[in-house]
Amino acid sequence: MAAQTPAPAIIDKTAPRAPRRLVFEVMHDWITTVDHKKIGLMYIGYSLLFLLIGGFEALLIRIQLAIPNNSFVSPQAFNRLFTMHGTTMVFFVGMPILFGFGNYLVPLMIGARDMAFPRLNAFSFWISAFGGVLLYFSYLGGDGLYGAGSAPDVGWFAYAPLTARVFSPGHSTDYWTLALLLSGIGSIGTALNIVATTICMRCPGMKLNRMPLLVWLYLVTSGMVFVAVSPLTAAQIMLMLDRYAGSHFFDTQAGGSAVLWMHFFWIFGHPEVYILVLPAFAFANEIIPVFSRKAIFGYPAMVAATVGIGFISLSVWAHHMFTVGMGAYANTFFTFATMIISVPTGIKIFNWLATLWGGKIHFTVAMMFSVGFLFQFLIAGLTGIMLSASPFDWQLSSSYFVVAHFHYVLVGAILFMIFAAFYYWYPKMTGRMLSEKIGKWHFWIFLIGFHLTFDFMHIPGILGMPRRIYTYEADRGWEVLNMIVSSGAVLQTIASLLFVFNLIWSYFKGAVAGPDPWDAWTLEWSTVSPPPPYNFAVTPTVESRRPLWDLKHPDDPDSNYEM
Amino acid sequence: MTIIRVWASVVGRPFQFVLGNNSTSIFAPAGTPAHAIFGLSMLVLGIVCSIFVVVAGLLIFALLRYRFRASDSNSEQEPAQIYGSNQIELSWTVIPVLIVVVLFLATTRVIFSTEKAGKSKQKIDVMVIGHQYWWEYRYPKLGIVTANELHVPVSDSSNPTPTYLTMSSADTDHSFWIPRLAGKMDLIPNKTNVMWIDPEQAGLYLGQCAQYCGTQHAKMLLRVYADTPTEFAAWVARQQKVAVEDPSATAGEAVFQHNACISCHTVSGTVATGRFGPDLTHLASRDTIASGAVPNTRENIRAFVDNPAHFKPGVLMPPMHLSDHDLDLVTAYLTSLK
Ligand code: HEM
Ligand SMILES: [Cu+2]
Repeated sequence: MAAQTPAPAIIDKTAPRAPRRLVFEVMHDWITTVDHKKIGLMYIGYSLLFLLIGGFEALLIRIQLAIPNNSFVSPQAFNRLFTMHGTTMVFFVGMPILFGFGNYLVPLMIGARDMAFPRLNAFSFWISAFGGVLLYFSYLGGDGLYGAGSAPDVGWFAYAPLTARVFSPGHSTDYWTLALLLSGIGSIGTALNIVATTICMRCPGMKLNRMPLLVWLYLVTSGMVFVAVSPLTAAQIMLMLDRYAGSHFFDTQAGGSAVLWMHFFWIFGHPEVYILVLPAFAFANEIIPVFSRKAIFGYPAMVAATVGIGFISLSVWAHHMFTVGMGAYANTFFTFATMIISVPTGIKIFNWLATLWGGKIHFTVAMMFSVGFLFQFLIAGLTGIMLSASPFDWQLSSSYFVVAHFHYVLVGAILFMIFAAFYYWYPKMTGRMLSEKIGKWHFWIFLIGFHLTFDFMHIPGILGMPRRIYTYEADRGWEVLNMIVSSGAVLQTIASLLFVFNLIWSYFKGAVAGPDPWDAWTLEWSTVSPPPPYNFAVTPTVESRRPLWDLKHPDDPDSNYEM
Repeated sequence: MTIIRVWASVVGRPFQFVLGNNSTSIFAPAGTPAHAIFGLSMLVLGIVCSIFVVVAGLLIFALLRYRFRASDSNSEQEPAQIYGSNQIELSWTVIPVLIVVVLFLATTRVIFSTEKAGKSKQKIDVMVIGHQYWWEYRYPKLGIVTANELHVPVSDSSNPTPTYLTMSSADTDHSFWIPRLAGKMDLIPNKTNVMWIDPEQAGLYLGQCAQYCGTQHAKMLLRVYADTPTEFAAWVARQQKVAVEDPSATAGEAVFQHNACISCHTVSGTVATGRFGPDLTHLASRDTIASGAVPNTRENIRAFVDNPAHFKPGVLMPPMHLSDHDLDLVTAYLTSLK
């Protein structure tokens, strides 16, 4: 190596060198971190970013469909939008935001200092984030940005044989496949980590039946991630082989099977819905009791119902395939499996109801979102029962009714509980309260927007409007409904921006939270906010499900009542 | 079955009143499978609506009744902690199980009854083949091949004439859905599915492809014409003939035959035997072109041949680059194919 050139003689002492070094230090710190809280926050941050992107795509879709025969976007651009919207929301918003909260909360709630495998944790995060970046990188390829790039346009379900090279030339489908493959590896890693953490890292006294329900639900979810995401990963590899190595798993032009892909996809796709919704239940299990000032009703039943849902959900996948021509016996079986899953789900709703009963219900913003969740999830469950009756589904599947149904789950239940979780745990994560005043605006505008959009969306489905169409004629009686639906989307956009504003504003100006602003009962509230890197200076010991209740009520400790 | 029918006619009224007045409403059934589904739908709707009223009612009551009030005398005190109750929890497990069993049995009956529809002696067989983005219909017993507009006879109880559709796909998945006649059934390559319809009134039934099949999925529209028996017989007779040779169109026919048209399209009785695109033998007898996208007028045919993507961007027929003169000739030829 050549000798180092000496430093320039004139050094500008006024240049802001130190701060710049600080920025790099901070970045370096975050990039190399293995702290579960920082990784959790990074998950949350990146999924919020994708939430905005995916939401923007939804808005474009709704603008295009607001009026009949619209030409706001081209047919292909529209197909790309709904593909990217679906893929983004499921894989790069839903999964990572839930893993984010799980990462942050699980070790804290079981009194551990970190996850079982901190470095695997960091690896899982970075590889799934890279999947998201790769997916959006596709917009830059092919036709270039102006023609909306060569983003995938095969739908988030990517049914064969549309993904075969004859029908999908170019690389858009490969971006889709690779992105999901990578994020799938990340999800499996995180799931493994959460299972290992809850099994091995619990603090003294925290028996399995004393774990907070949130931890139980994350345990079951993680188990489901193994069983569900692995077939998806396998299917992605088979698809790559079809496209590049001349195999014919799904290549129908050479005798492959389109139905095989559907089975693979839905063996993943259906449990995936529960993978997303169980964490939402998990948040509800923490938030509803605290703001009702009561212990959760029927803890053992809640655990049993969760495990039940976990198992049954793995045997219902073909209810997405009632119109595939599986025959009467298969349709009957999957009808039954699907209907019976409403029983454990119902138990949950009733137990939440019983938790509210006789309580003192405080309507904080977190609680308002949870109450919205209860009603909306009830409706989602009931439309789900309608769809499970397979003849009814022959009419409604692939129609806007289904879109309305699953957005009731994904937005009405899951996103509402994600918002609730933000209002509830933001003080722990940042040390500041989120503004309740902005929060109320956020809640009401979002609620109205949500119902305008998704209530009215059921009806075009009943009136015969299929999904995934970029336009429609004015003669079908769909246009007024679509206009209402689209205007609701605008309200939801406004409310989401308000929420982001709240996150930023409160970070700097929010009220200081203190360790336990909600007078709650689980371990994470026993540390300072935000918790130090090692979480607990002294490993806590617990004697009941609500350790902080015991502290606050030494005369009437919880352990006396545990079943 | 009859119980469900009676129930449906009572509970279904308001639904039909509000949503049944529409050309593609699932609540305006006009054929046996659609009626059976409608009956079941009303049963399911009745049950879920009752559940909703009860549970939502309890929720609203609890939220209002147990709302925190700072003015309460003992607002500082925590409420009584209740950890669970076996009896109550058992009841809200067992009752839902019973409801599920009832629903399931009713559903199973409809599943099996629709699948094994009575084999009528007088039935029409049609092969439906889905293509990106149009429909091919073949009547093997009648020797007819046509596209995009399906003709079937009306079927009434005194003289049942159901139509059996044997369905498959030539490329990607599609789905056949005429909401007023039956639920949907997918068309999948390398797989044969069957369904049947029996429209009870003469008229036009609309629908469209319900499975995302590619760029122009949105304009893969379905039109089913239910003809009276005499109309149907007349239609069959006309379709079975080779298209009339209109002497004034021979110049256009030459243009058609000297361009790539014949490699994708069939006009029976001529050298055009392509199968990639719709059969054009009796094109002029159809109401629409491009799978229902636009009315079948001279101007539209001309514009379509000139640049198919004009009506359907993403369509698989390439622009034919004909001179204006040739375009006029070929349009004259196509409009002569009665
Ligand atoms: C000058 C030559 C051609 C003429 C006059 C012609 C005419 C037509 C007409 C009138 C239709 C509408 C038919 C209907 O809706 O029933 C049509 C549709 C179609 N044609 Fe052609 N065609 C020509 C060449 C081709 C070629 C070369 C191909 C294949 C590469 C092709 C593929 C198709 C396809 C796939 C459709 C269905 C479009 C849809 O509705 O999605 N055509 N053609
Ligand atoms: Cu189609």
